[in-house]
Amino acid sequence: MEVSSRALFTQLHGLLFGAFFLLAIFAVVVELWRTLYEIEPRTLTRAGRSLEHYYLIATVLLGWAAVLTGAYIVYPWYRAIPPAGAASLAQYPQALLKSSPATAGWHSLGMEWKEHVAWFAPIVMTMVAYVSIQYGFSIRKHPHLRNALLVFVLVAFFAAGVAGYFGAEIDDHAPVQGGVIYHLLQEAR
Amino acid sequence: MNSRSPAQAAVPNSAESSLPNGLGAAAILSAGIGCFLLSIFAVAADASKPVAKFFTYYVPTGPLSGVSTTASVLWLLTWFALARVWSLRTVALVKINVAAFVFLVLGILLTFPPFADLLLRK
Repeated sequence: MEVSSRALFTQLHGLLFGAFFLLAIFAVVVELWRTLYEIEPRTLTRAGRSLEHYYLIATVLLGWAAVLTGAYIVYPWYRAIPPAGAASLAQYPQALLKSSPATAGWHSLGMEWKEHVAWFAPIVMTMVAYVSIQYGFSIRKHPHLRNALLVFVLVAFFAAGVAGYFGAEIDDHAPVQGGVIYHLLQEAR
Repeated sequence: MNSRSPAQAAVPNSAESSLPNGLGAAAILSAGIGCFLLSIFAVAADASKPVAKFFTYYVPTGPLSGVSTTASVLWLLTWFALARVWSLRTVALVKINVAAFVFLVLGILLTFPPFADLLLRK
């Protein structure tokens, strides 16, 4: 059982940062939505509020980690240009996808949308975390502010979902390969 | 008798309660503008080779490096400027929310390749 360093970084980008970010945004959606139906505003202890702040900050960090690892570690491997006359395109995912009409759309639609729209999610979640921390419970006194946060969080969820979906499909059709091979488990002979 | 420890005590924060909506409005509008700028830069880099070259801050990543970095920096600057002006004010939040949402939706549309291609007549 082995894994390449490039595949490992891709999994770190998508499965750890990206997937946890998506889940974390969903929890923020649920929490903000819940406040729409609140009769009595809830109160938290100081420790509970700190926990809430840490959660929001962790969500933001996951988002930025996902886009930064994607753009500066995985994407350069994805868009690497194959040398002229390369016998195999396996190490060049973008070229591999574009080499067949059956898979070209995963690049021309999937990657081209994902690489830009993905950035919306951490930008929006940074704003949401900042406003939530600044206003705390008093956000209920500003319904327009709370409603705007909810709409923006839904858009962040959509953007992160688009990035996650196309990332998974692209990796399925043309996985990033190469680099150092790590042997995780030695098969018994 | 209250046996709660300081960590367990509920925290009413009067500073939060009296905070005007300007600080939140600045954050919301700047996020909308930041997303919109990112999409405008992405379309411009897609449409023009010199623009794409200009935005190539890091060659292995290509124009995406400059598009995302420039948009992020401008987003933070816009946020900082708006917060300075609005932080102590109560502003017309509904109008600002609508403007921010329009920027956000336009941003999403412009990042969607079929829509951008339609604009660029590709």
